[in-house]
Amino acid sequence: MDPTGFLDLAAPVLGSGLRLAVPLLFACLAGLWSERSGVVDIGLEGKMLAAAFASGAAAAQFHSPWAGLLAGILVSIGFALIHGFASITQRGNQIVSGVAINFLAAGLTVLLGQVWYGQGGRTPQLEASERFLGIDLDLGIGRALGESHGLGRVWSEVIAGHNLLVYLSLAAVPATWWILWRTRFGLRLRAVGDNPHAVDTAGVSVAGLRYRAVIVCGALCGCAGTYLAVAQSAGFVRDMTAGKGFIALAALVFAKWKPFNALGACLLFGLLDAMAIRLQGTPLPGIGTVPVQVFQALPYALTVILLAGFIGRSIPPKASGIPYTKDR
Amino acid sequence: MSSTSRRELPLVVDYGLIPILNLSVAFLISGLVVLAIGENPLEAVAIMIRGALGYSEGIGFTLYYTTDFVFTGLAVAVAFHAGLFNIGAEGQATLGGLGVALVCLTFDGAPWWLVFPFALAASMAFGAAWAFVPAWAQARRGSHIVITTIMFNYLAATLMVWVLVELMSEPGTMSPESRTFAEATRLPFLRDFLTPWGIDLGQSPLNPMVFVAILAAIFVWVLVWRTRLGFQIRTVGKNPIAAVYAGIDPGHVVIVAMLISGALSGLLAVNEVMGTQHRLLLEFVAGAGFVGIAVALMGRSHPFGVVLASLLFGILYQGGAELAFEKPKISRDMIVVIQALVILFAGALEHMFRPGLVKLLDRPRAVAARGGA
Repeated sequence: MDPTGFLDLAAPVLGSGLRLAVPLLFACLAGLWSERSGVVDIGLEGKMLAAAFASGAAAAQFHSPWAGLLAGILVSIGFALIHGFASITQRGNQIVSGVAINFLAAGLTVLLGQVWYGQGGRTPQLEASERFLGIDLDLGIGRALGESHGLGRVWSEVIAGHNLLVYLSLAAVPATWWILWRTRFGLRLRAVGDNPHAVDTAGVSVAGLRYRAVIVCGALCGCAGTYLAVAQSAGFVRDMTAGKGFIALAALVFAKWKPFNALGACLLFGLLDAMAIRLQGTPLPGIGTVPVQVFQALPYALTVILLAGFIGRSIPPKASGIPYTKDR
Repeated sequence: MSSTSRRELPLVVDYGLIPILNLSVAFLISGLVVLAIGENPLEAVAIMIRGALGYSEGIGFTLYYTTDFVFTGLAVAVAFHAGLFNIGAEGQATLGGLGVALVCLTFDGAPWWLVFPFALAASMAFGAAWAFVPAWAQARRGSHIVITTIMFNYLAATLMVWVLVELMSEPGTMSPESRTFAEATRLPFLRDFLTPWGIDLGQSPLNPMVFVAILAAIFVWVLVWRTRLGFQIRTVGKNPIAAVYAGIDPGHVVIVAMLISGALSGLLAVNEVMGTQHRLLLEFVAGAGFVGIAVALMGRSHPFGVVLASLLFGILYQGGAELAFEKPKISRDMIVVIQALVILFAGALEHMFRPGLVKLLDRPRAVAARGGA
């Protein structure tokens, strides 16, 4: 196959892989913030779902995607604070609290959606002006590379033309890295996830740092949910996260709690998803038809294998999941 | 836990007052949600109780749901005793269903009492097998059981789609489900036995698995508090390091406890696949694995508590169905909200009222002591 033909074939899959990776990336970074500070969060799924509903409803109500984003972020932070209250202030079991958050979101979104709109839990269909749509970012480069084939296609389908939230998610990766690894606040935040006693001894509030991390986690989950309901689709539908929060959790484990690894893991999982869609029913040369389920199962299977230590070792922050007790 | 909340409280307060207080708050907030929707919460409660307990068909459905929740609740509880959080009951029950369906399809047409023991064994074996890998990975490779069991839930769901679409679905049909079992092979409904006695269970799918659920609860009680293995499980759960000093291999105990947990989850499938649906369906577990978490938390991991909590959730599920029927504004998702609030208040926030209660109960004592001196 000539390179141009290959690029023509690969570009749409890569582009759709990137778009599918965006909610995972937001949620994965959200989990990274929370768990780096010592708060385990299996409620990413629930926060995303709640944000998707809130953003869909707000975008329809105020006819603006920005209202949707704001509502998504605020509601998601609200849920994150419930989790924070349970796991930081009350020192409850963080897994249990996460499970509760997931159910609360799953139930409340559909319940309220049904009461407000009566469409089986959907929010109203959004107009184009109420959504984040692809921005025209040609800059003349696509045209220079040759519009409809080869590198030109790679430019127009993989790099340019996505909506704002796609680029925001990509920008969140170096931002997270810089804040957590290059600022004093970030050092303390990571320290609180590894050795909270040391941070406490230094006179910095453990609870304060953890609450800030949980709020950032909520905001990022809010972006993830908004992306689903207001950018990728035109409104919220019941259970629209469909396990993405848990794939993001898997990606976090896969990324060994590091931001650039997270980008890689999410792109990999997004690409697997895109390939599953692209290869549906298409036989692969030499292998035959691969069931879609193989691609769907791979992120989970890979994570289990990684966690069992067969491909490298993935070790969470030392104090994550352990409530901090001051009196010792 | 702060020093005040660790203070001793009378057992009645610890095992009676605090759980009831936590539950009351969960239900109070649920009531506020109903109020916000624009319905009367008291009326809703009345409809639910009438729907779940007011007539014999409703009771039949309530006990049928209860049966499911007892199995998953016990499964989560056994794992809790070993200090493990088994979020994988959903996936383990799904695999149990595969086992039951394989047995029933192989012996299709044979009388049910002949197939029943094999179906029980297959459900437990498949459920346990699905719990084994996460258990082994936790015990021997140090990976975290919560993450692995979550992954195994999704793996189970994907596997199930593949099996039902590619292997088990009937040729010519598009629906992802297996062939329906012959009438003789299905578990009999209790309603068929009770009608001659004047008890009309209506269409409720209550079947002999309800008795198996009670036996399972008794089994778990004996296991946890009356056997050497139960002692080892509790020791590992409380303090794995102490367990090592006592000559117990925590890894071994973790694996065995998870196998038992998976087997208990698997049993749910006999109730659903052989007793109710009579065929293998996608997502037949329908979240019961997660209800098990709520039930185990509410029942404080004690089999008796688990049975009581399962009954409460059985009432919620059956009553919720009736409520959704009579008040379309309160859809069945309300039950999911109540479930979430129960998990939140009985689980994650279980110690919220402790410091307050300690203060409240200490004051009269302190006053009395001062008065006496």
